[in-house]
Amino acid sequence: MLDDTTAPLLEVRDLRAWYAESQALQGVTFDVRPGELVTLIGRNGAGKTTTLRSIMGIVKNRKGSIRFEGNELIGRRTFQIARLGLAYCPEERGIFSSLSVRENLTLPPHLKSGGMSDEELLKAFPNLRARAGSRGTSLSGGEQQMLAIARILRNGCRFLLLDEPSEGLAPVIVKEIGAQLRRLKAQGYTILLVEQNLNFARSVADRHVVIEHGAVVDQLSNEDLAADMDRVKTYLGV
Amino acid sequence: MFDGITPQLLFGQLLIGVINGSFYAMLAMGLAIIFGLMHVVNFAHGAQYMLGAFVAWLLLSTFGVPYWGALILAPLVVAIFGIAMERLILKPIANLDHLYSLLVTYAATLVIEGLIRQQYGSTGLPYSSPLPGGVNLGFMFMPWYRLWVVVFSVVTCLATWLLIEHTKLGAYLRAANESPEVVESFGINVPRMMTLTYGFGVGLAGLSGVLAAPIYQVSPSMGSSLMITIFAVVVIGGMGSIAGAILTGYTLGIVEGLTKVFYPEAANLVIFFIMLLALIFRPSGLFSGTEKS
Repeated sequence: MLDDTTAPLLEVRDLRAWYAESQALQGVTFDVRPGELVTLIGRNGAGKTTTLRSIMGIVKNRKGSIRFEGNELIGRRTFQIARLGLAYCPEERGIFSSLSVRENLTLPPHLKSGGMSDEELLKAFPNLRARAGSRGTSLSGGEQQMLAIARILRNGCRFLLLDEPSEGLAPVIVKEIGAQLRRLKAQGYTILLVEQNLNFARSVADRHVVIEHGAVVDQLSNEDLAADMDRVKTYLGV
Repeated sequence: MFDGITPQLLFGQLLIGVINGSFYAMLAMGLAIIFGLMHVVNFAHGAQYMLGAFVAWLLLSTFGVPYWGALILAPLVVAIFGIAMERLILKPIANLDHLYSLLVTYAATLVIEGLIRQQYGSTGLPYSSPLPGGVNLGFMFMPWYRLWVVVFSVVTCLATWLLIEHTKLGAYLRAANESPEVVESFGINVPRMMTLTYGFGVGLAGLSGVLAAPIYQVSPSMGSSLMITIFAVVVIGGMGSIAGAILTGYTLGIVEGLTKVFYPEAANLVIFFIMLLALIFRPSGLFSGTEKS
């Protein structure tokens, strides 16, 4: 567990975001420190995905402040934000049907030093090797998720934003993804994870940020979550 | 029925068909690239083709730049014009329905053609062939320049197809067509890539215009008279299918040429009749779904 005094890698302050006239985020504030795995949890439509998309600049109409390694992200475009060292894996996985598994895997350019080589990626995700020539979308849901995570490790970004990687997957695959995330954390990656699966979130995270109606309503450590599941289940409505 | 069809007539029309097919293929390929990768219905493609021919003519008549120099310079000039067009009038409507890009580029066509017509008149301007003469094949006379056009067009189409379908750059373009947000989140400047794609497609139209200048008269309406046929080629091949546009372009050029031999009355209709059949029996186009994109 990291010391609370460690300087944050990502600082989100009073983040507000809009889809056309509709305000989706009402003022989200939280930090992520280096090496942490933090989850954003909350009900459907609470604003978790919008928070990730706002950080990446995909939601363009946003106000407040998002600082990454001291650089303000508001006002920057998505590709500029990525080049600062943030990698994003969307909820729908973003596997390209017109590209083979290998093309999908090798699509992200090397943005920073320390990115995994193609061989290292295939070693870390061995299932993808046998399917390298297949269309990306011919993979099973679990394999597609592995591919989506694997390819963002190529560009050398050390801060990963993952949107519900466990969604719709069989328990055995979810377990495997959890193991991968723990390995990445052990390798020094910092991860911000949107998650609705509370058990999965508990199994991988250091801290949890609870979002409701576009605002942060609670933050708790993984130990606190384990001790007070009822409180969190109330937030999630489960 | 086939009385009076001499080998000279048959192969002569076949050659004209292949020549026309070369232009259909190159223009349809540019349209397919722009539509397939950017979802822009570029109605200005014919005007940009005409600009290529006019720039070649201007380079020769004003600056003394010969055909071979114009073959490089004119497409570049037209591509830069296309990039400016994309920035100024297409980017602001990028998130709107495809219909808006069609209307805007149609308006641009009228403006470009009107300006050229006002400046240079409607009469065609001559552009002499850089490769005069030809070879007698026994059954027909093959002009060198027309042979050059066919070979150059096939090489250009093949090279462009390889670029889009089998290179990393092509993979970026195809991926950005599916999900620009995800590609941009990889750190790739997708808006710039789209601008350059439009410039490339427009440059191909300009290149076709330079190739056409010595064969057809250089006139303001040379593009618009061709555009309806080119759109038909793209629809038959499958909107956005690059291989479909190329293969359909050559095939329909030949079919049109052969129709002129066997049933000349239908020569101007045959492509549209095939389009009708394609829309009834395979509305997504003959080649849609047969390639990566």
